[in-house]
Amino acid sequence: MSILVCSDTRVLVQGITGREGSFHTARMKEYGTKIVAGVTPGREGERVDGVPVYNTVKKARQESAANTSVIYVPHQFAPDAILEAADAGVELIVCITEGISTLDMIKVCCYVSIRGSRLIGPNSPGVISPGKTKVGIMPGAIHKEGSVGVVSRSGTLTYEVVQNLSISDLGQSTCVGIGGDSIIGSSFVDILSLFEEDSETQAIVLIGEIGGRDEEEAAVFIRKKVTKPVVALVVGRCAPREKRMGHAGAIISGGEGTADDKIKAFEEASIPVAESPGNVVQILRAELEQEGDRQNL
Amino acid sequence: MRIYEYQAHEVFSSHGIPGPQMELTRTARGAEEIAKRFARPVAVKAQVLVGGRGRAGAVKIAQSPDETHEAASRILSLHVKGERVREVLVQEALQIREEYYLGITVDRSHRCPVVMASPSGGVEIEEVAKLTPQRIFKKLIHPLVGFQNYQARLLAFSLSRNKERATGIADILTSLFRIFEELDCSLAEINPLVITEDEKLCALDAKIVIDDNALYRHPELSSLGNIEAEDPLEVKARQRGLSYVRLDGEIGCIVNGAGLAMATMDLVKRYGSEPANFLDVGGGASKDRVSSALDIVLSDRKVKAILVNIFGGITRCDVVADGLKEAITRMKRNLPLVIRLSGTNEDEGRARLAHTRAILAGSMDEAARVAVREGKQ
Repeated sequence: MSILVCSDTRVLVQGITGREGSFHTARMKEYGTKIVAGVTPGREGERVDGVPVYNTVKKARQESAANTSVIYVPHQFAPDAILEAADAGVELIVCITEGISTLDMIKVCCYVSIRGSRLIGPNSPGVISPGKTKVGIMPGAIHKEGSVGVVSRSGTLTYEVVQNLSISDLGQSTCVGIGGDSIIGSSFVDILSLFEEDSETQAIVLIGEIGGRDEEEAAVFIRKKVTKPVVALVVGRCAPREKRMGHAGAIISGGEGTADDKIKAFEEASIPVAESPGNVVQILRAELEQEGDRQNL
Repeated sequence: MRIYEYQAHEVFSSHGIPGPQMELTRTARGAEEIAKRFARPVAVKAQVLVGGRGRAGAVKIAQSPDETHEAASRILSLHVKGERVREVLVQEALQIREEYYLGITVDRSHRCPVVMASPSGGVEIEEVAKLTPQRIFKKLIHPLVGFQNYQARLLAFSLSRNKERATGIADILTSLFRIFEELDCSLAEINPLVITEDEKLCALDAKIVIDDNALYRHPELSSLGNIEAEDPLEVKARQRGLSYVRLDGEIGCIVNGAGLAMATMDLVKRYGSEPANFLDVGGGASKDRVSSALDIVLSDRKVKAILVNIFGGITRCDVVADGLKEAITRMKRNLPLVIRLSGTNEDEGRARLAHTRAILAGSMDEAARVAVREGKQ
């Protein structure tokens, strides 16, 4: 098993007729993702890449039995799109959209959890279980089937690390981009607990960055609850205070959220921290060997 | 986006939060006139968008119009953390009995607003949090229920048992929360909220930071746009759709993706230099954006070498390379340029840049090391 998504995942695309939505629908289909429906209000009856379009998520779900939604709608409409998916009972909602207002997201996250849906993102590159399915915008070709779980707050940095893993024959069980915003539906801790329970995942790579306390909370959680080897990478050591580094959530605010604090938290929890994307593989190998030795004892 | 103190005071006053008598001016002469009209001691405060103006000597108390002139003239000649002081706010100086802190921000871990109150006002709240955390009272606010009167009372009574005072503080908290929601703030803060000798509540300072992602809902606020206080290169970059932050180092960085950009900067530091900037050209790294990015980085005179790090995922490296090649031929400054392309079609991408003046690097580590070395020559 992988986490969150697998070959049976039935995906509906919200915003399927838009530029991003239609482009990535084609890429996901190429990868083998089961795209069963699309939603764009007022465009019911059309087809995008052979995928039927509906006016509402409710109807799309009734017709297609989709259990996962991926959202590509513009930021002004994205909170509404997430709420619509949650209200229609979609189990997993992956929101790619960047630029959603923080106070909107606070309300949305609250409602999503009341409805019992799981939200990944916003400002996420998506979720991929290599060889099975891809729900998002990441390049499929750099991934490889395997047993390393990857969880990250960014996009291209994750691709960089994943490519290094794949080249070194360390395939991935699932890669999850939890998103670069300050308010996101699923935290590192949420995803770590899924990886810990997933029989296919043998080790975890966590890619964090400045801003918030999600990494610090992850460090504590790993020490207490995670038995699998974890390697962390934290970026933003050069970031000045009170300046946003691209991602809405990447900001050291009121002295909180520095890379040094996060690295220290991992080190205190005895979790190895990579200096750069280039040495994640080396550290992970060493951890896996140690783990192997321990199991052989 | 942060707005100026005087603008935040205007917002406060329109929501019924009392403040001192105050006026804004751009000249020392103007400040003197205001002090004359007020006919009492005043505080002269620099209007800047960065913190730490007190420590920079940009806030002064003046007893007379003459002193006000002198104080304003000195403050108007200052830079606070690089930001030139263009205006000062002249406020009546009050006789103060107590100083409180009130603030509202977003608690990221709990995904909700948090309202804070402290009897230790007038100092930075981070300091209070560090030294005497028990003196900060906090209330997490349910996103769908909102801030309730009992919560305002709870916080107000933890600051003062005096019924009138507590009622006044609770009302101010309620107004502050309304502002926080209406303006899509990431921070709304009064520090200090004072009790005067004649037992009146008054917001001496006012701080509002608005969530950039919500600015589209507030066209009225972009007219408060404080572009002239910003770094001109940052403004130019934003107009071209690039995410750029100017820093103090020598290595200009051009990267696609915020996380990868930070990782690249960290490597520059690791190899013994400092990045001149953060710059994210966006995941797709289109030709126009790469070209604009080169322009921006080249306009920064501190830059001694340029490091381009692009991961081509959905966008292929050969396409990115074509864009880069065109931009390179238009480069006006002869700086060392180190390029690292990785991902889809990376070999084709490299081949297209082979006969340009760019130095091609195989890995991120190598690219950073070479850029730092070139920057030192």
